[in-house]
Amino acid sequence: MRLPFSPVDVLWVVVKVLFAIVGVGLNIAGLLGWVERKQSAVMQDRIGANRADIFGIKILGLFHPIADAIKMLTKEDFVPKGVHKPLHGLAPMISLGCGMFCLAALPYGGVVSFAGRAWSLQPIACSVGVPLVLAALAFGVHGIVMAGFASGSNYGLLGGLRGAAQMVAYEVCLASSLAGALFIYGTLDLQQSVLWQTQHVWGIVVQPLAFILFLTAGAAITKRTPFDLPEGESEIVGYHVEYSGMKFGMFLMTDFFESIVVCGVITALFLGGWAIPGLNLTAMAAAGGTTALVAGALMVVSFVFKVMLLLFLLMQIRWTLPRFRFDQLLDLGWKNLLPLSLVNLLVTVWGVYLWR
Amino acid sequence: MAMTVRVVERPKRTFATQIFLIEVWKGLLVTFRHLFVNLARHTAYALGMRGGEPGAVTIQYPEDPAVLGKRARTRHRLLKREDGAPRCTACLLCETICPAKCIRITAENAPSVGVEKRAKSFDIDLGMCIFCGYCVEACPVDAIHMDANEVEISRGTRQDMIWNMAELLGDVPKAPKVPGAAR
Repeated sequence: MRLPFSPVDVLWVVVKVLFAIVGVGLNIAGLLGWVERKQSAVMQDRIGANRADIFGIKILGLFHPIADAIKMLTKEDFVPKGVHKPLHGLAPMISLGCGMFCLAALPYGGVVSFAGRAWSLQPIACSVGVPLVLAALAFGVHGIVMAGFASGSNYGLLGGLRGAAQMVAYEVCLASSLAGALFIYGTLDLQQSVLWQTQHVWGIVVQPLAFILFLTAGAAITKRTPFDLPEGESEIVGYHVEYSGMKFGMFLMTDFFESIVVCGVITALFLGGWAIPGLNLTAMAAAGGTTALVAGALMVVSFVFKVMLLLFLLMQIRWTLPRFRFDQLLDLGWKNLLPLSLVNLLVTVWGVYLWR
Repeated sequence: MAMTVRVVERPKRTFATQIFLIEVWKGLLVTFRHLFVNLARHTAYALGMRGGEPGAVTIQYPEDPAVLGKRARTRHRLLKREDGAPRCTACLLCETICPAKCIRITAENAPSVGVEKRAKSFDIDLGMCIFCGYCVEACPVDAIHMDANEVEISRGTRQDMIWNMAELLGDVPKAPKVPGAAR
C-alpha cells in the first residue's frame, strides 16, 4: 500500500512544530518575562530583578524566568469552591492551545532544497494561513470568557466579559486592516506574502497605515497594557483571579505567545518575513548543499530577530501607556481603527485596479 | 484675606491629541530616552567607568545601608543625665499615651534629691510598637527619643522583640538577630 505522504514528511512536520513551540515559543516567552522586568526597570530608572542566582552567578537576573517556572510548577493548583471544574481546567488549555497553534503557523523560513528534497521551514503550511491565524487568535478569547465564567467569581466574570467585548472592538479592524495588504499580495498564504515581498518591496512601504492599524489591534489582542482590560489588575484582578499554579502560568504564557504571534504576523506581512535586504535567500535556498543550509539558518535567524525587535517595541508601548478606559477602547476600535482600515482598503483596491 | 485663584486651563482636545498617534509617540520618546540613557550609563559602569551619573536610583538595601531621613522615627533610645543616671522619672506619660500599649514601666523611689521617682524597669515591646512617636512627644523630661537610626529590629521570637531598660539605654547590647534561630 502506498501512503499519500512519506514518514519523513510527518517527522519533519513534528520537528518543525516542536521547534516553533518549544524552541521559539517557550524560549522567547521565558526571555520576555526577563525583558519585561528589566526593560521596565531601566526605563523607570530602576535596576530590576537581579537576585536569583545559581551558585552565585546572576548574569543580570536571567535566572528569574527559571525561578518563575519552578515556582509555577511546584505551587499548589488550588481550585476554589464553587467553580465549574471541567471548564475551569479547560479554559487555560484553550487559551494556550490557540497560542501554540498560531506559533506553528508562522513562516519561519522559505523552502530549502537539501538532499534532493524541498524542506519547507513553515511548520503548518496552509494556503489560508492569515485567516487561520486570525481565527485561532479569536478562538483564544473563548478561553478567557470560559475562565471568567467558570471561576464563580464576579471579578473573574467581569474580566471574561471585558475580554469578549474587547474582542468585538478590535477583531473587525484586525482583519480589515490586513485586507489591503493581502489584496496587494494576491494571496491569503503567509509564505506567499513573504515571497511577494522578497520580489517587490516590504509591505510596510506599500501599506504603512495598515501596519500601524494592525500594530494597534495586535497590541489589543495580546491583552497587555494599554489594552489589558480583561486583566485590569488594579481594578478587577480579571479572568484569572481564581487561578493559581501552572494554570495561571498558562494564561501568563498565552499573553507572551500571543505577543509573539502578533509580531510574527506583522513580520511576515509587513516587514518582509524571513527576507534579508541585499541577500537573495530564495535563490540560495534553492541552490542545495551547504549554501541552502546556511540560507535556511539565516531565514530563521532573520525572522526571529525581526520578531524580537517588534516585541521590544510592544514592550516599550506596554510600559509607556496607561490602560484605556472601556469606552475609549470601543471608540478607538469602532470609530477610529475600523473607518481608517476601510478607507485604507478602498484606496488600496482602487490603486491596485488602476495599476493593473 | 483675598484668595488667589489660579485658573488651570484644561488641555484642549484637538484632532492631533484625539488620534492618539502623536501623543503616543511623544510618550514613547520620553521612555525611549530614559531607556537608552540609562542603558548607556549601566554599560559605562560595567566597563569600569565609575563616577558618572548612576543608571538607577535603586538602593540595593541589604548590601548598601538604608538611607534614613533626618526626622525618621526609628528604634527608641533612653537618654541619660549628665551624672549617668537615666533621665526617666517614671511619670508613665509615655505608657499612658501609647496607642499600641507597648511600654511597660515600673517605678521606684529615686535615691537622689532632685527627682522623686525613677524607672525600675522600662520595657518596650517593639513587636507591638507602631512607631507613632507619641511617647517622644509626651515625655516632659526628654528621656526617650526615637533616633537610634536602627531599623533592623526583627528577631526570631516575640520575647526577643522586647527591649529592656539597659538595652534601650545602650548599656547592654541587644543580642543580634540570628538568622534561622526562631524558637
